[in-house]
Formats: sequence, C-alpha cells, structure tokens
Amino acid sequence: MYVTDHILPALPAPSDSKGVLHWLKTNLFSSPINIVLTLLGLLLVYKILPPIIDWVFINATWTADNSAECKGEEKGACWAFISNRFGQVMYGFYPPEQFWRPNLAGILLILLTIPLFFEKTPKKVILGGFVLVVFPFIAFVLIHGGYFGLSTIETDKWGGLMLTLIISFVGILCALPLGIILALGRRSNMPIVKSICVIFIEFWRGVPLITVLFMSSVMLPLFFSGGTDFDKLARAMIGIILFQSAYVAEVVRGGLQAIPKGQYEAAVAMGLSYWKSMFLIILPQALKLVIPGLVNTFIALFKDTTLVLTIGLFDLLAIVENVLGSDSAWLGFHTEGLVFAAFVFWMFCFAMSRYSMSLERKLHTGHTH
Amino acid sequence: MNDSKNELTPSKPPFWNNPKYRALVFQVVLISIVAYFLFSVIQNTLGNMEARGISTGFAFLSETSGFDILQKLIPYSSESTYGDTFVVGLLNTLLISALGIVFATILGFIVGIARLSNNWLIAKIALVYIEIFRNIPLLIQMLFWYLVVLRAMPSARDSFSLFDSFFLNVRGLYLPAPVLGDGFLYTSIALIIALVAVFVLKRWAKHRQEKTGKAFPTVWVSLGLLILFPLFVFLMSGAPLSWEIPELKGFNFQGGITLIPELFALLLAISIYTATFIAEIVRSGIEAVNHGQTEAALSVGLNRSQTLRLVVIPQAMRVIIPPMTSQYLNLAKNSSLATAIGYPDIVSVFMGTTLNQTGQAVEIIAMTMAVYLVLSLTISLFMNWYNAKMSLVER
Repeated sequence: MYVTDHILPALPAPSDSKGVLHWLKTNLFSSPINIVLTLLGLLLVYKILPPIIDWVFINATWTADNSAECKGEEKGACWAFISNRFGQVMYGFYPPEQFWRPNLAGILLILLTIPLFFEKTPKKVILGGFVLVVFPFIAFVLIHGGYFGLSTIETDKWGGLMLTLIISFVGILCALPLGIILALGRRSNMPIVKSICVIFIEFWRGVPLITVLFMSSVMLPLFFSGGTDFDKLARAMIGIILFQSAYVAEVVRGGLQAIPKGQYEAAVAMGLSYWKSMFLIILPQALKLVIPGLVNTFIALFKDTTLVLTIGLFDLLAIVENVLGSDSAWLGFHTEGLVFAAFVFWMFCFAMSRYSMSLERKLHTGHTH
Repeated sequence: MNDSKNELTPSKPPFWNNPKYRALVFQVVLISIVAYFLFSVIQNTLGNMEARGISTGFAFLSETSGFDILQKLIPYSSESTYGDTFVVGLLNTLLISALGIVFATILGFIVGIARLSNNWLIAKIALVYIEIFRNIPLLIQMLFWYLVVLRAMPSARDSFSLFDSFFLNVRGLYLPAPVLGDGFLYTSIALIIALVAVFVLKRWAKHRQEKTGKAFPTVWVSLGLLILFPLFVFLMSGAPLSWEIPELKGFNFQGGITLIPELFALLLAISIYTATFIAEIVRSGIEAVNHGQTEAALSVGLNRSQTLRLVVIPQAMRVIIPPMTSQYLNLAKNSSLATAIGYPDIVSVFMGTTLNQTGQAVEIIAMTMAVYLVLSLTISLFMNWYNAKMSLVER
C-alpha cells in the first residue's frame, strides 16, 4: 500500500478550462448560434476595418504643398489639406499674428482648471468661482481686445474650434445660474411663479435649437426699440443660453428632488430664510449630485453648437464644410474635412462622457435612491 | 399673573413679515414685470415691422408660392400657395420622424441586446458602434452620409439593381409601386375582418387563461389568421394587384416609388445616431431587472422564451419607456437638421424658403415652433399613456 508522506501538488487544470482556448470557447464559440455570430462579426470587422486603416493611415498624404500631390490612384486621405489650413480650422478668420491671444486664454483656462480635478486642492470653491466668474472677462479682453492697447478683433472674425469652444463655454456658464433659478421656481409653492417657470422650461424644451437660432437671428432685432442689428454672435448666444437654461433647469430639478425632505425641514427649523436655506443647505448637496447630468447636458450643447452653421457663424464644422470646401486651391476634400471635424468633436465628447461616468461612480453615495 | 400671560401669547408679526403677503406681493410684481416685458416686445416688434415695411397677418398663406418641392406627399406645384408649402413641409417632417422612430427603435434594440451578448466579439462591436456614433454631432454624420457616401453611388445608368425592380443610384432609391386592381377591396375587407377576429380571439384567450389557467397559442393563431385569410380572399378574387416597376428612360428612372437621397441620408444619420442612445437605454433597462426574477421564473417552470416575454421584458419596459420618450422627442426635433442637406422638411421649405420670399418672420417662426410644440406634446402624451398602461399595477 502506498501512502504519500507529503501533500501532493495540485494538478494543473484541464487544458480546456483555462488559457486562450478556454477563453475562446466560452466567449466566442459557446453554442452554434454564437459560432455563426462570431464568424459574421469577424467578416464585418474584416470588411470595414482594413479599408479605413488604409485610407486614414497607410495611403494618406501627410505633407504636401498643393492639392496635386494628394490626387491620384490609390491615394488615401489628404491630411496635408488640414495642416495647410490649420490656422483657419482653429481660429477662423482671426488675424494670424494675434493667435497668441486666444492661445494665452486657452492655456490660462487649462492651468486654472487642472487643480480642480484633484481632490486635495485647497480653496477649491474660490478657484472654481474665479474660473466661472472672473476668467470669462479676462478671456473676453484677451480675445476681443480693445483694452490695454490690444487691437479690437470683431466677433465676425472669430471662428473654427475657438468659436465652438467659446459658444459652448459661454452657453453653459450663463445657462447655469438661469437654470438654477428656473428649477427653484418650478418647485416653488407660489402658483404664478411656478407656472411661469413651467411654461418657460417646457417651451424651450419643446422646440428644436435650429428654430431658436433662426428666431434669435431674425426676430431678436425686432424685439427692441430702434430695431438695431446687433452682433450676430451675441444674438446666437442669447438663443443658445435661453434654450440651454431649460435643460439645465430640468437636470437641477432632478437633484433638488433627490434631496430628502428632512433637509428642507431642518433648514426651516434652524430659522434660515428661503434663500439662505437654498444656498447654504439644499443647493450645495443638489448640485453635487447633478454634476454628471450637467456634464451630459454640456456634451449635448457642445454637439449642438454645430448648428450655428445654419445662421452663418463659422464654427469648426462651418469652416471645414463651407469655407475650406469652396477653397479653390484645395477642392474636393470634403471627406477629410468632415472626418477631421468628426474626430475633434468625438475626442472632446468621449473624454467628457468618460469623466461624467467616473464622477457618477464616485458620487454614488446612496442619496439618489 | 397678567404679565406672564401676556408674554406667553405670541405677538402677531407685522404684515410685511407674513409669508402669505410676501408671496402675494412677490407674485404680483413678477407678473407685472413679465407682462410689461411681453407688452414692450410686442409693441417694439409691431413698430419695427411697420418701419421696415413688413406686412403682418396670415394673408400670405393664400398667396402663390412660385417654387416646386422635391418630395411631396400631396399634390403640389409652383402654382400652389404658401399654405400648401406649410402642409407639404409638415408632412415631410412627420414622415421622417415616423420612419426615424421605427428604424432607430429596431436598430437600438438589436444593438442594446448585442451589448449584453455573452459573445465577446458581438458585445465589443456593439460597444464600439455606440461610442463612435454617440459622440459625433448629428449634423456632421448627416453631411457625411449625404456628401460622401451617397455621392459615391453610381449614376443612373450603372445603378445597383436587385431583381431588376429595385434600383439604387446617385439620384435615390427606386422601388416598384403597387397598383391596386378592381377587386382589391375584398382583400381589404378580409384584412379588417381578420383584425376584428384577432381582437376577439385575444380577449377570449385571456378570459380562458384566467379561468382555467390554460394558455392558448394566440400569437401563432392570430398571425395565421392575419396572413392566410386575406391571402385566400386575395387569390380567390383573382389576385388584383400589379407592380409598376421603375424603368430607365433617358437619364433617369420613371415610375415606381422614388426615395430621394436627402431622405435616405437623413434617415440613415438620424436612425444610427438615435439608436446609440436607445441601445444604452435598452441595456440599462434589461440590466435593471434583478436576476432573481429570471431565476424565480425558471423555477416556477416557465421556459426561456416565456421568462423573457412574460417576466423580464415587461419589467424592463418600465425602466425603458420614460427615457425612450425623451429620445423620440429628440429625434422629432433633430429631424429639423434636414434643412442643412436640403431635405424639404418644414424648417427648410417654410422657415427657409417661404421666410426668405415673404419676410414675415414673426408669423412663420411662430407657426413652425407651434408645429414642434404640438408634435412634442403629442409624442409625450402618447408615451405617457403607454407608460401608464405598462406600469406596475399594485393590488
């Protein structure tokens, strides 16, 4: 009789329950239907991916001085088109020798916002307030000029990615306070305040942005006495802010509803007035809850800024589509322009949506249910 | 004694500290500000329009428009009025919204379920699809399909054809059109009878199941009834249906049904874009149903498809419907982007061309906005009704 005098080492698992083969078997070929689906999926990837990679990378022309070098059989994307017109794509018709001004504003914004993403930054509220309230004025002075010896550059010269970013940042910045007021109004006990806010919110949420932009560009001058035509960008901005504030209001309302009733009652019991209880007790909690929702509305706004193309402003899409599309030196590169614009928008939106998802996980502290 | 009694009775606050009065005053002030604002806006607008020589009123609706429209669901020509332009644009908007909702829902459900597939490759393809198309503005996608993909289609002479009756080329998609013969009325009547029969059958089957607990294969029987009975009548009445097949005459196809490339591009873009959102909604809806529900259903003896049909999907629908409503609303509103590629929707033909020709901005923009408000309201009312029907009935 054989008895071991030591513990036998564990045998390796059967070859079909580990390793690549096991993974393939459970994840790709577990049943006849899955085998068919996997093969169909592989066929799809094989049909789509190689031509795209060929066009975007392998056969692409990266540097060229004129469009002739991009044309010909077997030529892929002509990225030289974008790099030759990079200034316009980024800044529109902004004078090139002044590019440092929007650049400086952008760098300043990045430097000011980076600390906000770290948890341990001291005086975050003051810094955040500075970014939200003071920075827009600094940026305006820098980009528009007219003070401190900077030459004035009118808004009709602004364009490209710069304009897209300006419209979306100003849009969300101004829509935020308006949206908070509207959300508070919608939850008010005063029937007239409540109904005015409901009508306002539901009106803007019920109409498409394109009609709002048409309205602000055609009808807004008629609304004021004298009927003066004022700045086109400002008109578009007013429309976008009103439109956006309705969406912000609905997101904030969600946050207000998620705060337990006890918090409201406690604030009243402490003898705080309405505004004090809102600003000291309710809103700080509610706004923290709705940050992911606000980021999502911001993403939607960012994508919607492309619509200003229909009223003759030159944002990133309008530049690549209408301006560069009819540039006689580089005719016929629609696809490159659109793909580039799509890539830029995708990058911004994807990054923001990931950020909002990570925030959502972090803020999921049990208050929401 | 008297002193302490006086101290105990609360002193009445002055009326300016009474919340009731405060609320009243605040609301009166607010409503007067709003009323004054609206009044001055209207006053200024009328004054400005008079100064610029813009006429007011809705008389322009009966004037001749003088332009033709590429796609019309009712008879329309350059002799028609602006009122007709409005109707044509409205119908085109409704058409694209309805088609978009159908296709986006189908695609969204498929992708949403694919995202939950236990097949790694399929789940990853669905994820990549969602992440790419959700994060690119709809307008760019629309322009891409229209200017890049559809422009690359062959000319009419070399169009792609299927069975020599479907043709796809740079001018659009051409389909055979059904031509109804004399006896087709009988088939229609048969279809209506079948519909009524299915309705009665469904009620009877439900009644029987509640009484005896025996399920009746309603779906298969109704499907058979709906297809076979009208088909039988159709064949008996001598198959009174023929097809008008599009034919190449000169440079273009004549006859049949034509789908213009603008419609095609718009439908592609709007369905693909909205489907990404619907897919995420469907995924989270299905994930929201506790796995215990599935286990419980299986343990009471339901099979896989019954579990899905009777237990999982009804519960998932409750989570899915509210966000789905807002996606449908978004789709209807996003269809207004059609104007960027020249699809003749209401924004393009009415708020664009008609506004340019007549200059009556206030009336036209108000009418267009009213259309979208009514459309939004209708969709949300319908979805609310559906939601109430699907929601939990607590006993």
